[in-house]
Amino acid sequence: MAEIAGKLREVFVEALDLDGDTDVENLKYRDIEAWDSVGHMALVAAIEDEFDVQFDTDQVIDMSSFKVAVDMVAGLQAAND
Amino acid sequence: MTDAEQILGGAIGYQLLGKVALVTGGTRGIGLATVRALADAGATVVLTGRDEAKAKEVAAGVDSVEGASVSAVGLDVTDAKAVSTVVRGVAKEHGKLDIVVANAGVLEDALLGMVSEDLIDRMLSTNVGGTIHTVQAAARAMMRKKTGAIVVLASIVGEKGSAGQVAYAASKAAVGNVARSAAKELGRYGIRVNGVAPGVIDTAMTQHLGDEVLTSRASETPLGRLGKPEEVARAIRFLVSDDASFVTGQILGVDGGLVL
Repeated sequence: MAEIAGKLREVFVEALDLDGDTDVENLKYRDIEAWDSVGHMALVAAIEDEFDVQFDTDQVIDMSSFKVAVDMVAGLQAAND
Repeated sequence: MTDAEQILGGAIGYQLLGKVALVTGGTRGIGLATVRALADAGATVVLTGRDEAKAKEVAAGVDSVEGASVSAVGLDVTDAKAVSTVVRGVAKEHGKLDIVVANAGVLEDALLGMVSEDLIDRMLSTNVGGTIHTVQAAARAMMRKKTGAIVVLASIVGEKGSAGQVAYAASKAAVGNVARSAAKELGRYGIRVNGVAPGVIDTAMTQHLGDEVLTSRASETPLGRLGKPEEVARAIRFLVSDDASFVTGQILGVDGGLVL
């Protein structure tokens, strides 16, 4: 899980164009301007590419925080294994 | 493509060489003409159709320039997950996705009093839902590269209405606004979203109207004739090309002036 969180942190920083010292681990949807609904799509696309997973629409809508995203990626990777 | 055309193409430069395009509903009519137009301009094209065997057969019959290809995959655009899978698959296989034409749609006529719930569902789930699913998946595939061009298929009846096409006209009006709204959202990612609004085009989809109606529509059209699928396809090719690099959120009428 820590490995996923570390990699996911990098994806958040790159996709949302965050400063390196942003408290990504506690970030929630709409906490910052960059993570609006359009930024969310870019983020989802970046996570899918990076982890080679595919979210369904409900998961995209439910991805409300960094922590939720970590759990979702872990769940999708486990399902793929 | 003949050798002469190939040489001519090389001399003037293929406008879409190196681009990767996806065309939904690409097995016939405007969709197939679009596949051909994009392939002729040098793009690698993946077309979709609900019947995968038929789609592959159609793709095999379309020429592509050297270094490009035309292939096909089965897809029902009402299935959001399937759309996402196909779009991601194309982007992964070809390394990118530059162009998406959300063409798949259905047309069923019914006078107002005969419009059933099922008919409304079919029109909206395919024409509106399918278009949104496609634009959504396309945007996700294009965002990281911060470039891309999407075209949706609206219709003149979405602008003017049409007796006997209440549900279809409503769905096509919605499609136009999918393009306008998505253009506003996606501009910051360098993704352009436009639409074409064909008038009465001579395709299998309009043959059910019958000769009398088609003749009447042609006479109402300032240019005095029905349109050809290839004429709509060329407008789409323009909108996805760099020639339209500052064009987004527009619905281009390809109707011989019928909208006037």
